[in-house]
Amino acid sequence: MEITVRGLWTLMHGMGFGALYLLACSGALVELHRFTTSSPPSEATPGQERFFKVYLLAMVVLAWAAVLTGAYVVYPWYRAAPPPGTTALAMFPQRLLMSSSTTIGWHSLGMEWKEHVAWFAPISITMVAFVFIRYGRDLKNHRQLRAAVLSFAVASFVAAGIAGFCGAMINKYAPVQGGHTIQLSQGEEK
Amino acid sequence: MNMPNSAASPNAPALTNGSGAAAILAAGIGSFALAVLACAGDKLAAIRNSLIFYKPTGPLSGVTTSAILIWLVSWVIFEWRWRNKTVGIGRIAAIALGLLGLSLLLTFPPIVDLF
Repeated sequence: MEITVRGLWTLMHGMGFGALYLLACSGALVELHRFTTSSPPSEATPGQERFFKVYLLAMVVLAWAAVLTGAYVVYPWYRAAPPPGTTALAMFPQRLLMSSSTTIGWHSLGMEWKEHVAWFAPISITMVAFVFIRYGRDLKNHRQLRAAVLSFAVASFVAAGIAGFCGAMINKYAPVQGGHTIQLSQGEEK
Repeated sequence: MNMPNSAASPNAPALTNGSGAAAILAAGIGSFALAVLACAGDKLAAIRNSLIFYKPTGPLSGVTTSAILIWLVSWVIFEWRWRNKTVGIGRIAAIALGLLGLSLLLTFPPIVDLF
């Protein structure tokens, strides 16, 4: 069992940071709603509030890690231009997708959308985390502020979902590969 | 009869809404800046070339770096102005959400292709 360095970075970007962020989003939406609308006696304890602040900060780190590794580590490999005359395009995912009418949409729609929409996730969740850390449970007394924060949190989830879906599909049709091979385990011959 | 002081009421906000409004509006502006820059870079070669801050990533590097700078600078300015104030959050939130909605539309390739 082995994986290439580029494959490993793509895995960290998509499955490590991106998918974990998406998983965290659903929990954050529920907790944001609960923390900012609940009334006594179901009110959260200070310990729970502190935990949720750390949870949101972890989401901020995950979101920024996902877009930065995507844009500055994986994307250059994706958009690399092949030397003139190259016919084997497996190492050039963008050109591989563009070489067929059945896959070009994954670049012209999927990647063109993903590469920009993904950035709304870290911008939005950074704002959400800042507002929650600053206001805490006092947010329940700011109805319109709370509604706006929840809307941005939903937008962050949607943006990350679009990016995740497009990324998964692009990697299915034209995986980023190459670089050194890392041997994960030695399989036994049948 | 003495009415309860609003500050003592359990539903009275302990903090002014200015800081939250600043963060929300700045996020809307940053998102919109990203969408406009991406759209402009897609349509105009001169802008596209000027947005290549890091060659391997291409114009995406300039689009996102510029948008992040616009977002952070606007956030600092609004925070500085509104930190301890109570502002019209309904209007500000509507503008921010409108900008976010436009941003989501402007990054969708079939809509960009209309320009």
